[in-house]
Amino acid sequence: MTRFLLQNLDLTLPLFLLILGYISGTIAERRHYRSIEKREQKFLSLPAVTLKEIPDSNQIEGRLVIGNAVISIDYFKRALAILRNIFGGRVASYESLVDRARREAILRMKEEAAKLGAHIVVNMRLETSSIGRSANQKRQIGSVEAIAYGTALIKNNQT
Amino acid sequence: MIVTNVETIPGKTIVEHYGIVQGSTVRAKHLGKDFLAGLKNLVGGELKGYTELLSEARDEALQRMIEQATQMGANAVVNVRFATSSVAQGAAELFAYGTAVKVE
Repeated sequence: MTRFLLQNLDLTLPLFLLILGYISGTIAERRHYRSIEKREQKFLSLPAVTLKEIPDSNQIEGRLVIGNAVISIDYFKRALAILRNIFGGRVASYESLVDRARREAILRMKEEAAKLGAHIVVNMRLETSSIGRSANQKRQIGSVEAIAYGTALIKNNQT
Repeated sequence: MIVTNVETIPGKTIVEHYGIVQGSTVRAKHLGKDFLAGLKNLVGGELKGYTELLSEARDEALQRMIEQATQMGANAVVNVRFATSSVAQGAAELFAYGTAVKVE
């Protein structure tokens, strides 16, 4: 059995990686989504909006807050995406990836805002970067990189 | 130095505009990080090394922008935006720009 596996390494290795990617990728994704949902519940009282309106008051301070996250795909999802490329249509395996990266970035931004004692984040913007892709010449590493930034409004009673 | 990405500084009034200030940084990772990321790429999950690199890059870009604003004599930067571009194969640029102003 072992000999058979070793002899056909060119076939068994990708298969092993597929299974490994599927199992670990699914676990990582499920765990991540659970953590995201939990933290989103926690930050319900600290909304982030894309509006620019600021209440005109001297008791408010504004600070730039940023959060970013880089989420990687797994071997199985990449294989799925390559297959999907042949037939066309929704690449669902990548959609969850982008979703996770953006939500994680927003959550990290909110964490920073919460540390400052902010009550709302206004004018939030999302940016996707491409460091991993272009820093990697062979383009083997597939990842989604999201940056979220906005202005945290802090109530300041001293001034 | 107060930095925001809205047009005004809440609770303060802008008395002078100095124009656009910018800061950028071009980054690449070392091979070891690339290799680790390649391994992580098989199993999925967050690429911590890349996340770190991204935060360093944006902090650096912000810092350079703030330096430029300080040289102009500004005490705040408003309407900050981030942008990314790939200038060359093997490197990526993170770019921050905003308007330097004086507030009171």
